[in-house]
Amino acid sequence: MIIKGGIVYDPANGIFGEEMDICIESGRIAEDARGEVIDASGLLVMPGGVDAHSHIAGPKLNTGRIMRPDDSRIGTEPRTRVCRPSTGYTVPNCYAIGYRYARLGYTTAFEAATPIIEARHTHEELEEIPIVDKGALTLFGSNWTVMECVRDNDLGRLAAYVAWGLRAARGYGVKIVNPGGGEAWGFGSNVKSVHDPVPHFDVTPAQIIRALAEVNERLRLPHSIHLHFNNLGRPGNYTTAIETLELLKDIKPSRMRQVVHVAHMQFSAYGGTTWKDFESKASAIADYFNQTNHATMDLGQIIFGPATTMTADAPLEYANARIGHQKWSNHDIELEESSGVVPWVYMRKMPVNAVQWAIGLELALLTRDPWKVVMTTDHPNGGPFVNYPEIISLLMSREKREEEMKTLHEMVRSRSTLPSIEREMDWSEIVIMTRAAPARILGLEDKGHLGIGADADVSIYDIKPEEIDPSKDHAKVKAGLSRAKYTIKGGVVVVRDGEIVAAPQGRTYWVDAAVPESDMDRMLSSLKEKFERYYSIRMSNYMVQDAYISNPFVVRAGVQPLKEVI
Amino acid sequence: MEIEDVLCTFCGCLCDDIRVEVKEGRIEKVRGACRLGSSKIMGHNRIKSPMIRVNGTLKETSYEDAYRKAAEILVSAKHPLLYGWASTTCEALKKGILLAEEIGGVVDTTATVCHGPSIIGIEEKGLVGSTLGQIKNRADLIVFWGCNPSEAHPRHTLRYSSNACGRFTPDGRKGRKVLVIDVRETRTARNADRFLRIQPGTDYEIISALRMIIGGKAESLPENIAGVSRKELIEIAEMMKSAKFGAIFFGLGLTHSRGRYKNVDNALSLVSELNSHTKFVIMAMRGHYNVTGVGQVLAWSSGYPMAVDYARGAPYYNPGETSCCDLLSRRDVDAALIIASDPASNLPRGCVEALAEMPVIQIDPFENPTTLFADVVIPSAIAGIEAEGTAYRMDGLSLRLRKLVDTEHPSDVEILQAILDNVRRLRDDN
Ligand code: SF4
Repeated sequence: MIIKGGIVYDPANGIFGEEMDICIESGRIAEDARGEVIDASGLLVMPGGVDAHSHIAGPKLNTGRIMRPDDSRIGTEPRTRVCRPSTGYTVPNCYAIGYRYARLGYTTAFEAATPIIEARHTHEELEEIPIVDKGALTLFGSNWTVMECVRDNDLGRLAAYVAWGLRAARGYGVKIVNPGGGEAWGFGSNVKSVHDPVPHFDVTPAQIIRALAEVNERLRLPHSIHLHFNNLGRPGNYTTAIETLELLKDIKPSRMRQVVHVAHMQFSAYGGTTWKDFESKASAIADYFNQTNHATMDLGQIIFGPATTMTADAPLEYANARIGHQKWSNHDIELEESSGVVPWVYMRKMPVNAVQWAIGLELALLTRDPWKVVMTTDHPNGGPFVNYPEIISLLMSREKREEEMKTLHEMVRSRSTLPSIEREMDWSEIVIMTRAAPARILGLEDKGHLGIGADADVSIYDIKPEEIDPSKDHAKVKAGLSRAKYTIKGGVVVVRDGEIVAAPQGRTYWVDAAVPESDMDRMLSSLKEKFERYYSIRMSNYMVQDAYISNPFVVRAGVQPLKEVI
Repeated sequence: MEIEDVLCTFCGCLCDDIRVEVKEGRIEKVRGACRLGSSKIMGHNRIKSPMIRVNGTLKETSYEDAYRKAAEILVSAKHPLLYGWASTTCEALKKGILLAEEIGGVVDTTATVCHGPSIIGIEEKGLVGSTLGQIKNRADLIVFWGCNPSEAHPRHTLRYSSNACGRFTPDGRKGRKVLVIDVRETRTARNADRFLRIQPGTDYEIISALRMIIGGKAESLPENIAGVSRKELIEIAEMMKSAKFGAIFFGLGLTHSRGRYKNVDNALSLVSELNSHTKFVIMAMRGHYNVTGVGQVLAWSSGYPMAVDYARGAPYYNPGETSCCDLLSRRDVDAALIIASDPASNLPRGCVEALAEMPVIQIDPFENPTTLFADVVIPSAIAGIEAEGTAYRMDGLSLRLRKLVDTEHPSDVEILQAILDNVRRLRDDN
């Protein structure tokens, strides 16, 4: 297949809007090719989108669906010759997730949080999501075994457990959510700072985070630790964010990437002491990111309208339910985590929501290096991912931001710096934030770029970058990005003129990390006891079986430097 | 050969620690299961061969003929019902949903006649829950409301609830309180620390009174609430508030008495409010071993957990309209595929009569009263004994069922795939 005459953006390879042909052979980008010719003359061409943080599969998604039949009614689309039926807006069914990502030109999406013991369910849903490549991050932040290894200062055993846990969950990376808080929530409390000890375990969140970060690098995992801060969603929490990032400054990365990826930074960039004097501290956070190089973030931009909040930060969801007088689901997971789901609505005239909206945009616009920022809505916490074109058009147009701010509560002007920000992003920066950076941050070497040998994931939009001015024509930008002219996934045209024309099964990425046998043996003997005494299922029924991953892509890692396995 | 850590495919406890002795391809002995589980695993009354009803009597036939006949029934129906699913694997339901999409049918599960009201309660309020292991490790107060695990979920108390030992509950039963609320003194009630006997149909009033007491409005209550003294309810509310970790398990006593989903809605609110005083969770005692799983699969496939109608090409859900009893009593379906369930014994009489009048396909390892009026009977492998697959425990934990012995019968997945193939062939011919 040859894509002819497009205006190509491939910043990872130093290509910033050049007219060139892209050749595809056997699912990969190639020097030359034969077969179908796609005429992309003058059109915007870029690598397929990569979502590094989205809630797309697993128990909490389904809890959201079950408690929100009202949401499932929105967005209903009947079956077609190619597609299974779609339902839902904030909590779409599995099929809709795959089709909607593909229509936006996205070809990869990672589920952000799954407890090991419930990973089988997560994979059952991932299997049902068509088209996109996917993976799931695994939760370790309130896990008994993790905390005991940290307390005993036994990083060898911890590394063995992380490797075993990733294998058991068929997981891709280390996710930490409100570390220690999930355990405290087991008796209805929480941890209040990174130095607040976890009840009964004699460790602090700071110790858990640091140990997991060190072990993550020992194991040479493709992704860094992926961190949801303590105190998330609370006024004044930007100090917790910076204090936490400071803990990790001296850790050496084992690969060419960050040491910590911060999830949905927007929810942790808050000033003030209560919701009354709440204000944006995005500029302080952006300054920190501008001065350091060990951390990256995704935005967690909010979108006005309905959302469904869902997180392993269960105490936060309890607070949400109380503030919003909303229905509330909670789910505690033995020995590992807790979680919650609460429906939500972000309102333009609500002062806090207006400021939250500004914070996401400020973070993107004030952080100078786009390689440090991934555009997300923390779907569906800030709003559904189908709104990505809206965010991109906001980042590219000051005029649009001004128009929007007129419809919001006036506090957006006094409590954030957004009105004074002039920066308008260009296509290269957008491609970095939605493709190149998330792929690099996740350690997906064959994604996010169009170099020879890369996965042939390409999106082509009905937008002529040489003719339109995104600063003025923001409506055209949004419309064009909402319905890809073509989405090509692994060399197969899956979207043509905004319609799904093929729905192949994507791959599931997981990481198999090797550790010294002696560490593994030591770890297993204490783990076995946990199964005998505390878990409610048997160890032999715990691991996700191969049957649940029909199209695996296994990334090797491990304590010893390994030969790359192809 | 002894196979360890086998899952019992009987009740929603989905015990996964059973040992099964297999000799020459036959199950010889079952260890560790309760008597309900053992008798299921040992097996009984298998249907031997596929059958088709000819002139009023079932005649043995080949699988191929049975598949073809089943497909003919489904293709010529205007609005077929695909009902059951709670005692088979998630994989089977996935095929069933695909089939329903292609023929414009309705998928409904046995949940609509047992914990359907609980699901509607959850739609109203959400569910404050946990895995069973969390309760075993932490709960110092267990409340059984309108359920009787001693008879219906025999190993529940030992494995997960009142008698289980865990990290913060090392003394098991001795270290915790058990409260039973029910209309009669069940075996579970006799083993409780406290039994609150209530009048049938008064659950809603009792829950409301407890909510008022917990909300600090006890003095507004009358001396006597639905036959229970205010003093007693204040003591019970105090018991709940002073627990470190409380768990309510509720059964059909709550969902099948006056108030139905409103009872559950109210109980969910009670638990939600208790969390401003202490830690509390609540869970439905699900009956069939995979009734939780069918709700999960339907939800991620369609957006809805039961009663999904595909007649319009997209999922449509309106319990009260699209649930099997409503469809049958309105005569709004004209053929039925019944799998892994026995509606003849469990549905109201009018619905069973409606079923008996229409063409019925039955897929099941075992004969049951539904077989008496089925027109096509297709015997299947027993999931979890003769076929692998996935099932979800009552707390939503998914587990993989093992295959223990071989069989000549095809699995539910294979049967549904074969019917789907025949449906597609018939359609192409037309
Ligand atoms: S309690 Fe239920 S799952 Fe466990 S052995 Fe008995 S019937 Fe089987």
